[in-house]
Amino acid sequence: MKDSLNRLAARASEEGLLDVAYTTTDSPFGTLLLATTPRGLVRVGLPNQDADELLVDLATRVSPRVLEAPAQLDEARRELDLYFEGKLTDFDLPLDWQLSKDFRRKVLRAIARIPYGQTRSYMQMATRAGNERAVRAAGTACGTNPIPLVVPCHRVLRSGGGLGGYGGGVPMKEGLLRLEGVLDN
Amino acid sequence: MSNAPLVISRSARPQRLIHEVTDLPPFQILIDEHAGHVMAVCRGAVGRSDADDCFQETFLAALRAYPKLREGGNLRGWLITIAHRKAIDHHRARGRRPVPVAEVAEVAVSDPEPDDGIWAAVGALPPKQRAAVTLRYASDLPHAEIAAALGCSPEAARRSLHEGLERLRKELA
Repeated sequence: MKDSLNRLAARASEEGLLDVAYTTTDSPFGTLLLATTPRGLVRVGLPNQDADELLVDLATRVSPRVLEAPAQLDEARRELDLYFEGKLTDFDLPLDWQLSKDFRRKVLRAIARIPYGQTRSYMQMATRAGNERAVRAAGTACGTNPIPLVVPCHRVLRSGGGLGGYGGGVPMKEGLLRLEGVLDN
Repeated sequence: MSNAPLVISRSARPQRLIHEVTDLPPFQILIDEHAGHVMAVCRGAVGRSDADDCFQETFLAALRAYPKLREGGNLRGWLITIAHRKAIDHHRARGRRPVPVAEVAEVAVSDPEPDDGIWAAVGALPPKQRAAVTLRYASDLPHAEIAAALGCSPEAARRSLHEGLERLRKELA
């Protein structure tokens, strides 16, 4: 049966019927859910997020043609593994931004350019996105980031130096900043 | 049979501006819940050696049609109906030859399989009878669901099943 299902996923992809492919992968923080469209990585689910709910959300917002197809996410998984080992600093993955719109998308695109091991403030991100007063909206954009880790919203902190929140929980944000050498071990 | 509709008519729902997509569950859920069933139906209908082809064609056709599906009440019945159409296509394409019995299955199966001779005889039944027999004994569906899958009345489903069994008894006697 497993062979049949793998064959089905491969054929669905060939025939353009695989709108959303997903898989799960281990990380030092727990299991991640990765989802891609033919355009690119569209969703990364963090360990504290409910995978079933994420899939239902993808079915509603992207397409109900959601299939478990690990082969479609081999490269994303490989890069994330290297990142967690400290051996990769820049992701080179095509991204599909369709789950974020307007100002939030601008903020997230700016976040995607923050280099490894550096941090910015929410206010800097608001400014980069074109509205320096929209600090709260910039925070919301981080909080609703559909592609965390690869779009490194964990590198955005409060202006006063506080860590701020994180979709995967503050301990995970601390862990990621430690991994990148921003925080001391 | 579950009558719970998965899709509520648009007018009954608050209008949503962001997406007009109906709330169908992720297709993977259909696979998780019904793949075993569909495979059993395919085995019964076209024999073990061609079952995977039938299975693939069934799910690809389902995947193609899925986003436009409006009636989400009986997804299993829907899949099984597709499987039967694909099995019929298969038999048409290959002519009415009996299902080969000398072939070895690609994958070892741990559950006891019925004698292939029976499935060969099932495979040679007229389509409605074959479908009814397969749905009853390979998929263990009640008459009402067989009727739903075949798109006929429960009485007609019962009759097809009865006729199929009679014919099998004669053939295998």
